[in-house]
Amino acid sequence: MNLQQIFSEIEETDPAFYDRTSGRRQAFKHFSSVGTRISLAALPLALGSFFRKAYGQTTTGAIGVLNFALQLEYLEANFYVKGVATAGLIPAGPALTALTAIRDHENAHVGFLRNAIVAAGGTPYTYTAANFDFTAKGAFPDVFTNYATFLAVAQALEDTGVRAYKGQAGNLMGNANRPLLTAALNIHSVEARHASHIRQMRAAQGVAVKPWITGNTSGIDARTNGNYAGEENTIQGGVNITGLPGVSGTLSAAVASESFDEPLTKDQVVALVTPFFA
Amino acid sequence: MNHSSELVETPVPDTIVRPKTSSRRQFLSAAGSFSLASAVVIGSCKKSSSKGGVDLGSGDVGVLNYAYALEQLEAAFYTRVSASPYSGITAAETALLADIRDHEIAHREFFKAALGANAIAALEVNFSAIDFSSRTSVLATAKAFEDLGVTAYNGAGPLLTTPDYLVLAGKIVSVEARHAALIRDLISNGSFADNTALDSNGMDMARKPSEVLMIASAYINTRIDASRLPS
Repeated sequence: MNLQQIFSEIEETDPAFYDRTSGRRQAFKHFSSVGTRISLAALPLALGSFFRKAYGQTTTGAIGVLNFALQLEYLEANFYVKGVATAGLIPAGPALTALTAIRDHENAHVGFLRNAIVAAGGTPYTYTAANFDFTAKGAFPDVFTNYATFLAVAQALEDTGVRAYKGQAGNLMGNANRPLLTAALNIHSVEARHASHIRQMRAAQGVAVKPWITGNTSGIDARTNGNYAGEENTIQGGVNITGLPGVSGTLSAAVASESFDEPLTKDQVVALVTPFFA
Repeated sequence: MNHSSELVETPVPDTIVRPKTSSRRQFLSAAGSFSLASAVVIGSCKKSSSKGGVDLGSGDVGVLNYAYALEQLEAAFYTRVSASPYSGITAAETALLADIRDHEIAHREFFKAALGANAIAALEVNFSAIDFSSRTSVLATAKAFEDLGVTAYNGAGPLLTTPDYLVLAGKIVSVEARHAALIRDLISNGSFADNTALDSNGMDMARKPSEVLMIASAYINTRIDASRLPS
């Protein structure tokens, strides 16, 4: 077991790690000396308690949130991995470049979340390609043979990912979880960047969608109605947005709904993505 | 031990530093005239906040006022963009930029209404560095504002203590990110989430209010006292 490497990986995941402990040298020294006193087999256990100490109040709830996020990132990553690898599906050029970049981001999110979960003392879920069914039990039978369908599913997954992270933010509040909340927010906005670009790609194909979500319209069809239900909300924090002054007159319901993306609960997200799991 | 200065950042020290520095540099070069003097004022206006400036306040109200200040800046910018379109603007660009203008106005008016008596006054903006007749100048500024907005909300989220406010900030930041991606693609298709915005983990960045306000101060004449914001 290479402790230096483990500490390096943790440091990559959490720069504040050595603030939580007492510096890298101390941490390493601690285990170097401990290693002579406890058996090698017990070392993982000793490490675990060391991390729990460092991340003292990181809650079990937070680990659950991260694993939920990880599950969604695996779903997205596997979707793009397969799409990008499918010959003849995605046109070469800007489309393939963009979808490859998005694939790489999702893979990086998987890696980041796995590290974060381990560092917080949890066990990350693991999924492989065999765990997914991107036809969603036959709802999208041509997802990997029809580029338009592939983009439509991509849009639904990205927009739903945005809603899922938003719905979990509140479960990562509090000082102990602060680095995790920041990380979740920093992923959340990237999913929104992806959604925006996928929507632009679809618009370029002639689909009537904008980079933002208008009302609860998906620009897809009834198969994704659930993914957009609630996005038509125009009341925020008790304020009726359509009653507010715009450039001329009050703001329209379309503007009010576009201006705020809406969260989904974990249960809602699970119901929406379950068909994509084999 | 003070964790706060580090914890606001994405937890990836080595990879975050470089893109952040370069993106700020790009912001500044795009912006043209960054005023060091105004940066100093924002950083050191603790004692003179009541004279001609605004005090964001403390706690969640302070954070919401901070967001309100940024939305005022964005809304004013896009209102001007739509009122005096750059030369060669397309119909599609006109429609998209009008949408963004309306979203930023919705955000601004929302904060104003939600904050009520606690809301800061209207800020005086300074767009003298922007050439509104130039597509390049307008879109570079829009990109800088949108990317800045994303990092600002990502950094502000953890400062909030009321769950509903955190969700509201989340509802807005993803729309800002949609804007950022679009503006970037208008400048150069495919740059919606490139490595000038994201770190090597494919993640956006988070900025502290002090960093954000220092950057934004190039466009705001009103002195902003952020000294009582939570950290």
